Amino acid sequence: MTVRIVDRRFDSKNKSSVNRSRFIQRFKGQIRRAVSDAINKRGVRDLDNGEKIGIPGKDINEPQFEHGRGGVWETVRPGNDRFNRGDQVDRPPSGGGGGSGKGQAAQDGEGLDEFVFTLSKDEFLDIFFDEMALPNLVKQQLARIDQYRRIRAGFVQTGVPTNINLGRTMRGAAGRRIAIGGPYAAQLRALEAELKALRETLPAEAFDSSEEAERLRREIAKVRAKIEAMPFVDTFDLRYNNRVKIPQPTTQAVMFCLLDVSGSMDEERKSIAKRFFMLLYLFLNRNYERIEVVFIRHHTVASEVDEDDFFTSRETGGTVVSSALTLMHEIITARYPSNAWNIYGAQASDGDNWHDDSPKCRALLEGSILPLTQYFAYIEITDGPPQNLWEEYARLQEEKSGRFAMQRIANVADIYPVFRELFKKKQA
Amino acid sequence: MSALMKTPVKQLPAGSEWTFEAIEEYDEAIGKVAARYKLDCYPHQLEVISAEQMMDAYASIGMPVYYHHWSFGKHFLATENRYKRGQMGLAYEIVINSDPCIAYLMDENTLPMQALVIAHAAYGHNSFFKGNHLFRQWTSADAIVDYLVFAKNYIAQCEERYGVEAVERLLDACHALTNVGVDRYKRSPQLSLEKETLRQKEREEYLQAQVNDLWRTLPPKAEAEEREVEKRFPPEPEENLLYFMEKNAPLLDPWQREVVRIVRKIGQYFYPQRQTQVMNEGWATYWHYTLLNTLYDEGQLNDGFMLEFLQSHTNVVYQPPYNSPYFSGINPYALGFAMWRDIRRICEEPTDEDRAWFPDIAGSNWRETFDFAMQNFKDESFVAQYLSPRLMREFRLFSVLDDDSRAKLEIEVIHDDNGYRELRHQLSEQYDLGSREPNIQVWNVDLRGDRSLTLRHFAHQRRPLGDSAATMLEHIAYLWGFTVRLERENAQGQMELVAEHKNEKRKRAASTNRP
Repeated sequence: MTVRIVDRRFDSKNKSSVNRSRFIQRFKGQIRRAVSDAINKRGVRDLDNGEKIGIPGKDINEPQFEHGRGGVWETVRPGNDRFNRGDQVDRPPSGGGGGSGKGQAAQDGEGLDEFVFTLSKDEFLDIFFDEMALPNLVKQQLARIDQYRRIRAGFVQTGVPTNINLGRTMRGAAGRRIAIGGPYAAQLRALEAELKALRETLPAEAFDSSEEAERLRREIAKVRAKIEAMPFVDTFDLRYNNRVKIPQPTTQAVMFCLLDVSGSMDEERKSIAKRFFMLLYLFLNRNYERIEVVFIRHHTVASEVDEDDFFTSRETGGTVVSSALTLMHEIITARYPSNAWNIYGAQASDGDNWHDDSPKCRALLEGSILPLTQYFAYIEITDGPPQNLWEEYARLQEEKSGRFAMQRIANVADIYPVFRELFKKKQA
Repeated sequence: MSALMKTPVKQLPAGSEWTFEAIEEYDEAIGKVAARYKLDCYPHQLEVISAEQMMDAYASIGMPVYYHHWSFGKHFLATENRYKRGQMGLAYEIVINSDPCIAYLMDENTLPMQALVIAHAAYGHNSFFKGNHLFRQWTSADAIVDYLVFAKNYIAQCEERYGVEAVERLLDACHALTNVGVDRYKRSPQLSLEKETLRQKEREEYLQAQVNDLWRTLPPKAEAEEREVEKRFPPEPEENLLYFMEKNAPLLDPWQREVVRIVRKIGQYFYPQRQTQVMNEGWATYWHYTLLNTLYDEGQLNDGFMLEFLQSHTNVVYQPPYNSPYFSGINPYALGFAMWRDIRRICEEPTDEDRAWFPDIAGSNWRETFDFAMQNFKDESFVAQYLSPRLMREFRLFSVLDDDSRAKLEIEVIHDDNGYRELRHQLSEQYDLGSREPNIQVWNVDLRGDRSLTLRHFAHQRRPLGDSAATMLEHIAYLWGFTVRLERENAQGQMELVAEHKNEKRKRAASTNRP
């Protein structure tokens, strides 16, 4: 009797995936908060990973009737090293020696304050998108690469006539004819040799009237017929060129993040800006092979910084938005020639600007920056009335609607509308 | 034996990579030894699975099919996290008490680990499932997988019809009550997929009719009411809360009753496992140890195999002392393994102390003694019967009295002549599910009034309920449909209210159900 061994490794894999997604669905609130925290800690470029998430353990406990602390407990413990009967011992501070009822049930994480688990990249992005209220259609597009290149990938046996590869087909046909016709050809050669031998041994008339020669001729004719009955090209021989689609990110892009760091930009506003930049990065990442990100922050003067400084530092004092635009233009001219780079700009501000600077900003954008960029988006993170910068930009929006978009954002969920503008443009 | 010595013994495949052929050879060799030791097993099947599938299996308590619920997702995530951090080897056994018995082998395991799992699960646990009276009495090994299929399909149907949320809410409530949803004394009837499906519709209607009886207990005439002595409902307190809900909760829909029943049935299936952990794990550990050592003694295993095997084995049976940071209660593998070994020792080489303590088994045939002990006990009685003084000394057991009315803990007894009996008694108590879990019973239903349900907590040793009581009442009230109260006797012998959850669904129900 041999045992039955079943290989189940390739059976249904994600058997728990339903349960897993139900878990995530159920604790979406808590998980979302955890994802929020995670985003604040992450870099703009760093969205393509899963995330270790912790949510409060008490939220996800499954209750049972159980003993609490108190009352009388007698507990048996192993490893006595110093006690005698009747010894009085101080209570351990955490009460670890107490409730024996917990002894067995504690395996899955007694005392853990946080329930920690890992979200996959998709789950993470899903919640990230969800937070910004992206409609499903857009989520799919973001998660998808929609430009493809077709490349050759060998040969297949089915296809359309235009794709027939003649060389391969003929080679196959010849091979088939050799394979199938080989025995007949050998037969034919043998018969012909026999006939020839016969002709050489017999006189001409005897040869013509010989029954043996007649039989050989008939045999030869039969074999010839068989050889000729073999199709020259069979459908079996047809080979078509195979082409497959592979995702094709196009060339390179640079993304400028312009952030106002004046005193009025508090943590929350920065966090909104950050999310916007992340979304933009994610979007560009799906379309371009290579993306560089340039961080420019400004108050009265602008400077190029690394990402850490970009989001963390906070200045006080006035705001001169044009300084950032000027710097952006300088960087473009110096490092990113617009014939080699797709240039995107995203500017986040609370809209507060030095009074006579705003017209200058508009002029800068209109005259120097927009002609070089694919797209420039301005988001004003405020819930107050529009400021002078907004009004100036609003005029720009009418004139340059294909390349410039602006939107006011009051909270995270508002980020999406600006984004939509970008999509409209891409799809057109 | 002499025949064995003469013919050169074939070595089993060595190395750490496993193949199907090697597994088969090992299974055959282990099976032969098991047969010589007269282990009585169900036929078994080995299933090779991936690490992820093993985590799936862990998440659903090892069952191959299960209905969906977020809590299984939670367990999966927790397991995955621990596994990825390397805190937990998944190598060990998952084995399904079914006929044929199914044992899982994880494809990442080395060959020695596969052999260990085969010996442990496919022969150890398997024979325990087949022999132990609790499993024989409570579980139907041939029907459980069918029943789970039925449960999964039924619950999936309910989700389609009534929405995932409604089903989830109900399952939450049922899961909370699983520990108080088992019959401790009655035997559950045989489960069979066919019967279940056939009878399920019938049952739906019948049960609903029964519940309507509850409504009918409203007396038809006022005069009758006056004469009638207040009748108690339920007439006897009921400790199986899920059963009580299934049969009596007035507002549950038929499908909800069926779901309650499913959770209850599955909980009942696992009840024997909870009562025989020490025995069962100890038994399986004892047998993998014995079977593989026998193979080694016969020269079929090489030293490398043994080293790896012994390392895993030692890890499993390690018992950290009470003051170790790794201490988390008594390790059932360690205690169980030690006890089975000790029983064999008492049979084969009894000391005078053993003769005095165990006159029945000292010097008896160890295999017969083993089978008797395996078949007829559960953890509580197993410890009470077989824990020897020698083992108490070996484990250096002692007992701590924690009385919250006193300032300090007291060491009650230690492993000495005066302490053995008391220690053994206390440890046995510790495995008694009856005292490990709070005793809560359905006490009364206010039939004539607001239909509120009163539960009574009988505190053992003044132990209070944990903080979850309020949440628990919420779940119970959800099932019951009306207000639920939890009371308990205080020190003065009076009943006091511990918690209450108000729930008035009656208006809605009254408008739809009553003429």
